[in-house]
Amino acid sequence: MDEPADPPDTRFGRWVRLDGAEPEGVPFTIDGEPAEGRNGDTLLTAILTVRPDLGPLPPDRRVRAGFCLIGLCQDCWVRLEDGRRVRACTTPLEPGMAIRLETSDRAW
Amino acid sequence: MVKSDPLVVVVGAGPAGMAAARTLVEGGLRPLVLDKQPAPGGRMWQQPAGSRQPCGLPGHDAETAERARKEFLDLAERIDWYPGTTVVDATRGRLWAMGPGGEVDETSWDALLVAAGALDRVVPLPGWTLPGVYTLGGAQTALKALGCAVGRRVGFLGTGPLLWLAAAQHLVAGVEVAVVADTSRWTGAMRALPDLLADRARLALGLRCLRMLRGAGVPIRRGIRAAAIEGGENVTGIALATRRGPRRFACDAVAIGVGLVPQTQLLDLLDAPFDLDAESGVWLPRADRAGRTPVEKVFVAGDGARPLGAAAAALSGERAALAILEDIGRPFDRDRAARLERDLERHVRFARGLARAFPFPAGLEAGIASDTVVCRCEGVAAGAITAAVRAFGCHEVNAVKALTRCGMGRCQGRLCGLAAARIAAVTAGVALAEAGRLRAQAPIEPLPARVRRTAPDAVA
Ligand SMILES: Cc1cc2nc3c(=O)[nH]c(=O)nc-3n(C[C@H](O)[C@H](O)[C@H](O)COP(=O)(O)OP(=O)(O)OC[C@H]3O[C@@H](n4cnc5c(N)ncnc54)[C@H](O)[C@@H]3O)c2cc1C
Ligand code: FES
Repeated sequence: MDEPADPPDTRFGRWVRLDGAEPEGVPFTIDGEPAEGRNGDTLLTAILTVRPDLGPLPPDRRVRAGFCLIGLCQDCWVRLEDGRRVRACTTPLEPGMAIRLETSDRAW
Repeated sequence: MVKSDPLVVVVGAGPAGMAAARTLVEGGLRPLVLDKQPAPGGRMWQQPAGSRQPCGLPGHDAETAERARKEFLDLAERIDWYPGTTVVDATRGRLWAMGPGGEVDETSWDALLVAAGALDRVVPLPGWTLPGVYTLGGAQTALKALGCAVGRRVGFLGTGPLLWLAAAQHLVAGVEVAVVADTSRWTGAMRALPDLLADRARLALGLRCLRMLRGAGVPIRRGIRAAAIEGGENVTGIALATRRGPRRFACDAVAIGVGLVPQTQLLDLLDAPFDLDAESGVWLPRADRAGRTPVEKVFVAGDGARPLGAAAAALSGERAALAILEDIGRPFDRDRAARLERDLERHVRFARGLARAFPFPAGLEAGIASDTVVCRCEGVAAGAITAAVRAFGCHEVNAVKALTRCGMGRCQGRLCGLAAARIAAVTAGVALAEAGRLRAQAPIEPLPARVRRTAPDAVA
């Protein structure tokens, strides 16, 4: 992955959770790094609450972070470790899901 | 149910599809209902994730939503309900849908109701492809259904009732609202008042949102003539050209939208005709008051027919279901049908008022800078469209697509098709209708590469 000139602060997610209570955590990984989502999250929610974006996606390698959130713009496709590609905003998070953002742009 | 009962397929389980399903069951049928979302409800009555229940948001009645979803799920024994299933292709009498596991199945149909809802309409602006920019509906979905804000300080830019509603909902949810920037002006709202009185409750809701935003000291700018979203890697602010000069507002997320566009791709594949709504520049599927399209046994309802709001969507879904019953020779209640059409009239009048109060900012779309990206999937800028129109002397939007790849990407021009047509028409100096309408192609949504659909064998 190209290093952006001004790397966004990856310690924080782009999105902010609004619910005060801590519902059940759902473990998953991004590029092998462990992360935690919440019960009822979509994949996009889980990723963007811990990361600033989905990385650069083809064809123009523009950095994407979702847009419509209702499954229409297709700006949120990501790759899973098992080779599946999924639309993150309409895919429910499942425990143990392994997301590969680093190679999400390979071979569309 | 008798085996020879006609099979009615309903695409979409939003307010329109749910009302239709119930009405069809009452009529003695067992409809097949599909929705790409994992739960029923559609945009308006979407299931909140996990235990997240947003409370007290203006214009969001969680109880009504929950009741509607429950009523629908109570029907489950009497319908064939396929959640998480996206319809990707349709021909006369058949359709193909991709299930949650990525498998594509085929089904036949005797009557088809497309209740696929609408998508935010956006005007391409400098910076609109930056991460951190969302549609108004997207920002609202995050808030209402996902329990998240798309940023820490959100700016709202565009026009229409959803602009104000979404901003007020964020305010109530405790999210900082950087600015509400509307291209429309107060004078239009004044002129629209007589029509807006057709739905006093929604008018009151709009005024309440305005009062809340004002009361909280949120900057409000109207009559915006030009706007740009600023930022390098991420959104850093909104720059506006107002009547009082330039203004900047810092924010880390922006929600944009200028109204709604019906999702009509399936109707397109079925060769249904469309008409241009001159005022908004949107192509609407041709249908009678009951939702019958000119294509035999193909019906349309809800925001996917014409964006009138959730209440109207439910009425039109019910009305279309009665038309289906009628057309397949089942008994149906004529008085009920007439009553529904009368009720719908009121919503049409209100929508006319909204169109006047929040006119589509055609000037903003036509005046796009040549380096502004129009097609976010393929990264095609306005200048490429203008150049193609000039070089090849064509202005028809499907030809422009072939020349520039604008609209050829994963979203199939859902977001850029209208803007591309306007840019082509303005460049060529022809009427908007001359630029035509971007046609949908199957599959209407991307299929994972490993899915290989069996060819739609000789379907007559
Ligand atoms: C983003 C957004 C936000 C909105 N917010 C508000 C609001 O706050 N207040 C308000 O009054 N109105 C709002 N509206 C309008 C309101 O949501 C609608 O009037 C109402 O939900 C329309 O109902 P519907 O059944 O026609 O469509 P929808 O509720 O949109 O339902 C359509 C359903 O069809 C499904 N679908 C579409 N295509 C396919 C396919 N190919 N295969 C399978 N399923 C498919 C979708 O997943 C969806 O569930 C909003 C609209 C949008 C687009
Ligand atoms: S964000 Fe638009 S399809 Fe997922």
